[in-house]
Amino acid sequence: MSFVETWLLAPLAHEFMQRALIVALMVGAVCAVLSCFLVLKGWSLMGDAVSHAILPGVVLAHVTGLPFALGAFGAGLGCAIGIGYLKQNSRVKEDTVMGIVFSGMFALGLVLFVKVDSDQHLMHILFGDMLGVRWPDIAETAAIAVPTAAILLAKRRDLLLHAFDPGHARAIGLPVGWLHFGLLALLALTIVVALKAVGIILVVAMLIAPGAIGFLTTRRFDRMLAVAVASALISSLAGTILSYHLDAASGPCIVVVQAALFAVALVVNLRRAARRAGGAAQPA
Amino acid sequence: MTATPAARPRDIRPSIAVEDVTVRYSNGVTAVEGASFALGPGTICALVGVNGSGKSTLFKSLMGFVRPAAGHIAIAGLEVRQALKRGLVAYVPQAEEVDWNFPVLVEDVVMMGRYGHMGLLRIPRQADRDTVGEALARVNMLPFRHRQIGELSGGQRKRVFLARALAQGGQVILLDEPFTGVDVKTEDQIVALMRELRAEGRLMLVSTHNLGSIPEFCDQVVIINRTVLAAGPTATTFTPANLQRAFGGALRHIQLGGAALHADADTRQLTVISDDERPLVLYGEEDGKALAGEDAPLDRQDARR
Repeated sequence: MSFVETWLLAPLAHEFMQRALIVALMVGAVCAVLSCFLVLKGWSLMGDAVSHAILPGVVLAHVTGLPFALGAFGAGLGCAIGIGYLKQNSRVKEDTVMGIVFSGMFALGLVLFVKVDSDQHLMHILFGDMLGVRWPDIAETAAIAVPTAAILLAKRRDLLLHAFDPGHARAIGLPVGWLHFGLLALLALTIVVALKAVGIILVVAMLIAPGAIGFLTTRRFDRMLAVAVASALISSLAGTILSYHLDAASGPCIVVVQAALFAVALVVNLRRAARRAGGAAQPA
Repeated sequence: MTATPAARPRDIRPSIAVEDVTVRYSNGVTAVEGASFALGPGTICALVGVNGSGKSTLFKSLMGFVRPAAGHIAIAGLEVRQALKRGLVAYVPQAEEVDWNFPVLVEDVVMMGRYGHMGLLRIPRQADRDTVGEALARVNMLPFRHRQIGELSGGQRKRVFLARALAQGGQVILLDEPFTGVDVKTEDQIVALMRELRAEGRLMLVSTHNLGSIPEFCDQVVIINRTVLAAGPTATTFTPANLQRAFGGALRHIQLGGAALHADADTRQLTVISDDERPLVLYGEEDGKALAGEDAPLDRQDARR
C-alpha cells in the first residue's frame, strides 16, 4: 500500500469523513472570500463578534419555535449594525464598541440559555460537529454558501473600492449603504450556516487567516482572493485528514493547519521584503 | 451616459452653487452656517481656512456625505446626488486617508475612476483601458502602472489619484490638501496639470494651507471660518485683511515697514503671512493691499519665473 492510499484515501472511505470534508471545503471557500474583504476593511474581529452574538437569537428562536437560522441571523445582523451605529454616535472606538456589544449579547444568550429548558442540541448547534454532519445539513450549507460566494465574487470590485476609498465610491455614485450592510448581511448569513456545520472556532479562524495569508503573499486583489481560497481548501483537506489520523476534532485540526500556513506565508513575505531592501541598498 | 469615452459629457457646464448652506452634525455641532458662494467653469478655486473651519464639511456636503440642514447645493445645475450619479464630481483624497498597503496596483486605482462608466460587474472594456492609459500618460505615471501603490513616492501617489479623476472624466474636481508632503517639483507639475484642466473648462476646488502658492494658480478664493467670510477673484479676495479675519491669531504675520528697511521716504511695507507652510509674501503700500489689488495673479507668476 502506498503512502497516498493509507494516508489520503483510507480516511475518505468512510462516508462521515466525506461529508465532513465536503462541508469543510464549502465553508472554507466562502469564508476565505469573505475574509479578504474583512481583512482589508479592518473588520477581522467582526466575524468573532457576530458569531458570539447569535447566541441570544438562537435561544429565543428555540423558545418561540421560530427556525434556528432566522433567530441567529437576526441577532448576528443586529450585532453588526449595532456596532456600526454605536461607533458613529459615540466617542468610543470601534474595537471597544465591538467588545462590549458582542460580549454583552453572548452573556445575554447564556443567561437566557439557563432560563429555558436545557437542550443538548443547542450546544451542538453552537459548537458544531463536523463528523456528525448529515446530507440535509450539507444541502443547507450549499444553498447559502454558493450564492454568497457568487455575490461576493460578482461585486468584488465595488466591495474592494468601498473598502479602499469610500469617499470615491460615494463620489461616483456607488450605493455605499448597500455595499456596507450587504457585506454585513452576507457575513452574518455565512456565520449562521457555518456555525451549525463546523463550530465557532473554525468559523472565526476561517474568516481571518485565509485573507491574511493572501494579503501577505501578493500585491493584487484577484490573486489575494485566489491564494486565500486555495489556502482554505488546502487546510480544510489536510486538517480533516489529519484529524482522522490523530483522532482529534476536525475543526481545530483545520485551524492549526491554517495557522501553520500563515506562519509560512509570513516567513516568505519577510524574506522577500529583506531581499528587496537588500537589492535597493546596492543599486546595480 | 453609457459609452461616453473619457473627457467631457455633452452639455455639461461645470459649476458649484452653494446657497445659504448650514450643516449640523448629529451631535448638535453646527459645522457650517449660512455659507454661500458660486463658481463657474474654467476655474481653480482655493478653499482657505484654519483646521476645523468647515473645509472638510464643505467637501463632504459637495460629495453627498452630509446633507445640509438648510440651504441648497447645486453642481452643474443638478442636485448633488444626480451630479454624483453622472460621475461629474471627482475627489482626490488626502494622503493620510489612503491605506497604502492595499493590494491594488497603480492601474487598478485609476481604473476605479471608470467604475461609474461600466456595467454592474465592472468588467473593463478596451475603451476603459485606453482611457486609463491616457490618464496615466498625462500625469507621467505610465511607466509605473504595474507598481503597487505603496511603492510610490508622495508626489507619484498624488499623481495617481489625479489620473483617477481624469479617467473618471470628472468636471468638478475636489482636491484635499494636494500639496502636503509633496516636493516643489511635484507641486509645480500638479499646478501645471491643473492649469491645463482649467483651460479645458473644468472646475477645481482645492483645500490648501499653502497660502503662498494660491495667487500663482488660483483665480478664485473662498475663505471660510464656520461660514464663508469672503469669496471672489483672488486679486480682490485674497487680502491680508480677509486672511486676518479667517485665521485670527493662527497665522504668522510679519510686517516690515519702510523705515525699518531703508532710509528714504518709501512707505511701502513687506508683509509675510504664513500658515507654517509656504508663506505669502506681499510688498507694497499699507499691508501690501495695493500690490495684491493691482497685479493679476498670472502676471505675477510669470514675472517670478
